[in-house]
Parts: sequence; C-alpha cells; structure tokens
Amino acid sequence: MITVEILSRAQFGFSIGFHILFPTLNLGLAVFLVIMEGMWLKTNKPVYKAICKFWTKIFALTFGMGVVSGIVLAYQIGTNFGPFISQFGNVLGALFAYETLTAFFLEAGFLGVMLFGWDRVPPFFHFVATLLVTIGTTISAFWILSANSWMQFPSGYQIVDGKYIVDNWWDVVFNPTFIPRLVHMAFASYVTTCFVIAAVASYFLIKNKHIEVAKTCLSFAMWAALIIVPAQILIGDVVGVHVLKYQPLKTAAMEGLWETRRGAPLVLFALPSQEEQRNEYAIEIPGLASLINTHHWDGELVGLKSVAKADQPRVAPVFFSFRIMVGIGLLFLATAFMALFLRWRDTLFKAKWFHRWCLLIAPLGFVASVAGWLTAEIGRQPWVVYNLMRTKDAISAVGLEEVIISMVLLALAYGVVFSFYLYYLFKLIKDGMTKLDKQDLDHLPFQYMSETKVDK
Amino acid sequence: MLPFIFAALLAFIVIMYVILDGFDLGLGILFPFTTSETDRDKMMNSVAPVWDGNETWLVFGGAMLYGAFPKVYGTLLPILYMPLMLMLIGLIFRGVSFEFRFKAVRSKQLWNWIFAISSISAAFFQGVVLGCFVQGFPINPDQTIVNETVWLTPFSLLTGVALVCGYGLLGATWMIIKSEGSLQRQMIHFAKGLLVLVSIFLIFVSIWTPLHDVQIFNRWYSFPNILFLAPLPLITALMVILTWKSLKKGDERKPFFYSIVIFLCSYAGIAISVYPYLIPRQLTFWDAAAPDSTLTFILVGVAIMLPVLLAYTLYAYHIFRGKTDHGGYH
Repeated sequence: MITVEILSRAQFGFSIGFHILFPTLNLGLAVFLVIMEGMWLKTNKPVYKAICKFWTKIFALTFGMGVVSGIVLAYQIGTNFGPFISQFGNVLGALFAYETLTAFFLEAGFLGVMLFGWDRVPPFFHFVATLLVTIGTTISAFWILSANSWMQFPSGYQIVDGKYIVDNWWDVVFNPTFIPRLVHMAFASYVTTCFVIAAVASYFLIKNKHIEVAKTCLSFAMWAALIIVPAQILIGDVVGVHVLKYQPLKTAAMEGLWETRRGAPLVLFALPSQEEQRNEYAIEIPGLASLINTHHWDGELVGLKSVAKADQPRVAPVFFSFRIMVGIGLLFLATAFMALFLRWRDTLFKAKWFHRWCLLIAPLGFVASVAGWLTAEIGRQPWVVYNLMRTKDAISAVGLEEVIISMVLLALAYGVVFSFYLYYLFKLIKDGMTKLDKQDLDHLPFQYMSETKVDK
Repeated sequence: MLPFIFAALLAFIVIMYVILDGFDLGLGILFPFTTSETDRDKMMNSVAPVWDGNETWLVFGGAMLYGAFPKVYGTLLPILYMPLMLMLIGLIFRGVSFEFRFKAVRSKQLWNWIFAISSISAAFFQGVVLGCFVQGFPINPDQTIVNETVWLTPFSLLTGVALVCGYGLLGATWMIIKSEGSLQRQMIHFAKGLLVLVSIFLIFVSIWTPLHDVQIFNRWYSFPNILFLAPLPLITALMVILTWKSLKKGDERKPFFYSIVIFLCSYAGIAISVYPYLIPRQLTFWDAAAPDSTLTFILVGVAIMLPVLLAYTLYAYHIFRGKTDHGGYH
C-alpha cells in the first residue's frame, strides 16, 4: 500500500540518490584540478592549462547541479521528517550548521574566483582558489559522513527527560564508524572520477583529437586507479569489519545469512526470501564470509533470525546492492591492472578496444557509489537512527496528496534538469579543446560563458 | 541568553539571504522586461560569480534552524510543505539556468524564460512563506495541521507578489551600479516603477497586519511603545523618498543602499511584530531552543567562522567589482 511513509522515503531516497551523483564526481575532480593546476604552475606546459580549463567547465556544470539538488535536501529533511528533526536536531543540526560554516561558504566564495577569476587574480592566487574549493568539498563530505555515521551508530549523547542531550561533541563528530566510512566515500569518489577522466580521454583518442591532453589524462587516471582501487578495496574491508562490530544485522543482510553460525559461507548468488527466512538457489563458498568479515575461517557471524522479523532490514536490496558494488570494484581493479599491462607493452594509447572499454565502464563508478550507499542505508532499517528511532516514527504528519504532488514535481524537475545536464556535458566533451584552441590559451580567459563572444 | 543570541543570529542570516539573493532573483524577475540579449548577458554576468554564495545563506538559515531550533524546523517545515517545495523547484531551475544559458546556443531563449519564471516563482513562494509566518497558523496539540492549504490565503498571496516587487527593486538598483548607458537608464526606469509598487504594498501590509491581529496592534499602538516604534515607519518613508530622489538624480550607488535600508526597516517591523515567536502565537524562541550544550557548540563555530567567511565573501565581491561586460572577463 502507498503510504506517506513509503512515499516520503522514496522521495528522499530519490532526491539524495540524485544529489550524490554530482558531489561524487566533483569531490574527485576537484583534487584532479588541483594536481593539474599545480603541474601547470610548476612546469608551465600548456597541456596542463588546457586540461584545467576543459575540466573546470565540467566541474562548474556539475557543481551547479550539486548546489541546486543539495538545497532541496536541506529543506526536505524538515518537510518530510519533522519528528526526526524535533528529536535529533539537537545533535545532527549542529553538524549541518558546521558544514555550512566551514564548507559551503568556502566552496561558493572561491568557486567564483576559480571560474571567472583567471584574468582577475595572479595564477598562484587562482591555484589557491582551486585548492580552497577542493578543501571545501572535502570538508563538506566530512560533516555529511559524520552525521550519517552517527545515525548508523550514535554516540556521545545522554538521554535526559526523553531528550537526546549531547555531553561530548568529540564523540558525536568522531563516532565509531565515521573515519573508515569517510575515507571509503572519498575514495569512491576518486575511483569514479578516475574512470570518468579515463573515458573522456579515451573518447578523444578514439576520435583522434587533442592527443596530448588525452594521453596525459589517460596516463594519469590509470596510474591513479592502480593505487586508489586496491586502496579502496582494503578500506572497504575495514568498513566491513566496523559494520560487523556495530551493526551485525547489516552484515547478515549483506551476506544473506539467516542463521547465526561459525564458518559462514560466502553466498555468491541467491534469491533471499524475507517471508520464508531463507535463501533460494544459493551458490556458496564455505567459510569465506566468516574469513572476510572476521578474518578467521571459523569466525562467528550473527544471523538475521536472531531478531524478530519486524526488526530485520529488507535483505534482498541490501544483498544485491552490496554485490553490485563489490563486483564493480573488482572490475575496476582488473581494468587498472590491464592498463598497467598495456603500458608495459607500450600500447595503452593505441589499444582502441581498451578505450572503448573505458567508455563503456565510465558510469559504473556512480552505480557502485549509489549501490554502496543503498547497502548502508537500507541495511540500517528499520531504524532511522540505529536502535533509537524507527523510520516509521520519523515521518511528518503531512497529507498523502502533498507528498505525491511534490514527488511528481521533483521527478519532473530533476528529469528535465538532468537531461539538459547530460546534453551540455556531452556537448562540452564533444567540443573538447576546440573552443579553447581558437584563442591563445595563455591569454584568453576561461570560456565559461563565452558562447556569445565566440559567435560574434 | 543563548536562545536570544541564536534568534538574533537567525534574523541576521535571513536578512543576509533576503538582500543578497534578493538582487540575484530580482535580475531574473526583470528578465522578461529587458530588450536585448546583450543586456541579459550583462545582467547574468553581474551575479554569476556570486549567486551561489548568496544562496548559501538560505542553506545556512535552514541549518541553523535545524541545529538551534529543531522544534521549529520540525514543526514549521511540514506546515509550509507546499510553498517550500515550490520555492525549491524554482531555485533548482534558477540555479541551473546560470550554467545552461551560457552553454546554450539554440535553446538560449528557453533558458531566458526558465531563468525568469523560476526566479519569479522562487521569490513569490518566499513571500508566501513570509506571509504565512506573519499570519500564524492553527496547529493541533499533536502538531499535525488542520488544513493542508493553510498557507494559501489572500494575505500570503499578497506578500508573495510584494516580495517579487521588492526583489525586483533590489535587482534593478544593483544593476544600476553594474551597468551604464541604455541598460542603466532602463534599470532606473524599472526601479522607479517598482519603488512605487513596493511603497503601496508596505502601506497596505502595515495597516492590514495590526488590524487583523490584536497582539500586533497592541505592540505598536500601546503607550509607550508607540513613541519608541514611531521612528521606524518614519525612517522607512524617508528612505522611500531618498531612493526616489537619488534615482531621479541618477546616482549610481545610493538607490541600491537606500533600497536595502527599506528592506531592513520592513524586516525590523516584522521582527517587532512577531517577537519573541518563531511560530507566531505558538512557540517562542525561548521554548524552541536546543539545549545549551548544542547552542554552545554551534556558537564556537559561528564565532570563529562567521568573521572569516564574511571577509572572504567581501573579497570575492571586491574581485568582481566594477561595471559588467556582456562577455568581457570570462
């Protein structure tokens, strides 16, 4: 049945799932731009400046999308989850206030300089502006992950008269699962960005244009991937150990494990059935789930049936999105090593099939990020704040029609805006450096909004 | 004491938003009345580097309400569900218009219209929210609303239109500073018309509000309040006259600053009317405040970061000072 609860959750899930695409790209892209601009300052090679100017355009386009979809979230939490705010605003609101104070203003303040300031400030100042925007995006991720991790495992509070009063802010901000989850998210973003950069470079190579830029980008992206992807897999392991320690039922849902047992098998594939409380068509590797999660072959894993049905998360979505995330991670790992092999054979820039492969897998970083996020959030259910507040108690007393209308309007708005985003994104990529090549790169200001000028 | 500091801080954040995003939105509101594409380029360029920072004040306001007055955030936002959602959708399209319009070639006209309509609707629904806020609303003890269309009243619609005109005035006077020649003359012309409209709305709201609310009436017209408060409407009236005169004389900067003072006065008037309520006649900021442990924590951050962020925001404006060209510096 369609209820306000389901619709409100769907609406928020949709909005935040839409939003997260843009920061995921930009968190990594910002770091890439800092490195490239640093290289330009150091070497003075025009190729680096061309890369900066081209990718800054994409950064700007994506940033705009992130801003407008983010502002919706800031208010949607209140409109759709009033009781949650009334109860936990004391704790979480402060983190968002800090996010605005330390991250949003910093990003917004220096983004203007970064985009429009090429001719207004000296090159080093411009580099500093890019660096500050990057620091801003990273700080933003810091606070958001802190707040979300607090919801996964709350700490640092006392209950006084039924209210949650913070007695130690350090424990709130640096709650037990926070740091591994923050690093995991940041690296998810870096991995995603690596493969987006590689895809655009591959596109240029396939089209046989902007060769120098393409080679620099592809080479950089594949070296970076070779370090970042294995690192991300190791960080993922740390996150997994934390999940088992603090949210063992989430681990059970991820592993599709119904009974508590030692030496639990890794379920490669199955159809988990919530009704019958078991897996169908399971393909298993004995003992491996215990080894992965506890680092012992006979480590004990808690099963879902250790709690009442009503206290279990929905297993199927957690189970499958976790597998999608891990699968994509392994695919990226293979790709990074394949690039190393091609480099050794001196064919990285010639192997057209590899370039097409890079184009094909470009969107997968986003898929993996969203899948990982779904694993974390659905795995936390039925709680909105783990063991403190159930999601069903967090829903605002608003009318069903209101939620339906706003949902439809949001879906339409995001559909339209996203289509145009993709259209302009592909147009930017298709134009490549050509718009830049026309003018003297060293002199002419960045082409953020120069269609009018070029046309005239 | 802490709740009072935070109420004042919140008031500061809201007025910063209203003034800063007010002139950005104002430019969008004026878009349909401009004649040339070059002029529209100039208008958009004049705020392109700063609009995002301006909108951040809205996020800041939301976050502060969330952190410092969670009860208000959790109660008020569900009541204002529809107008807030519609405002947000307006802001979505307004925001992406900056990026998309400058990249568009064939669809430029489309983005002109989207920029205009979304700016107007964002401003209008902000005005509606303001009107609701001043009017107050009936809330059940269990904090559910009686009527889903409680926000839709003649008064709130009127304040919606009033705010559109007010933002238009800010936009026009901002653009007088940033432009020259025919565009500047056109902006002076718009500013004059909008000033007249804004004055009419101000007079209407000033009369209507106390007549419909005994508490507001008593606050303004009881002795000795009337002596202390009388200067406020007088200053507002003076500012309207000064704005008009400076527009006639062709001053570049004065109209913008006088218009801001008109906004500040009107805002102070509203604050005086509803003080100390955050949800009129229901919840004061004293009752709604988060525990001291939370307020102290946020205050430390504000005390350190607010001066810093004001400084670099000012610096960003400084970098982009002077007249705007239609394609020049980008």
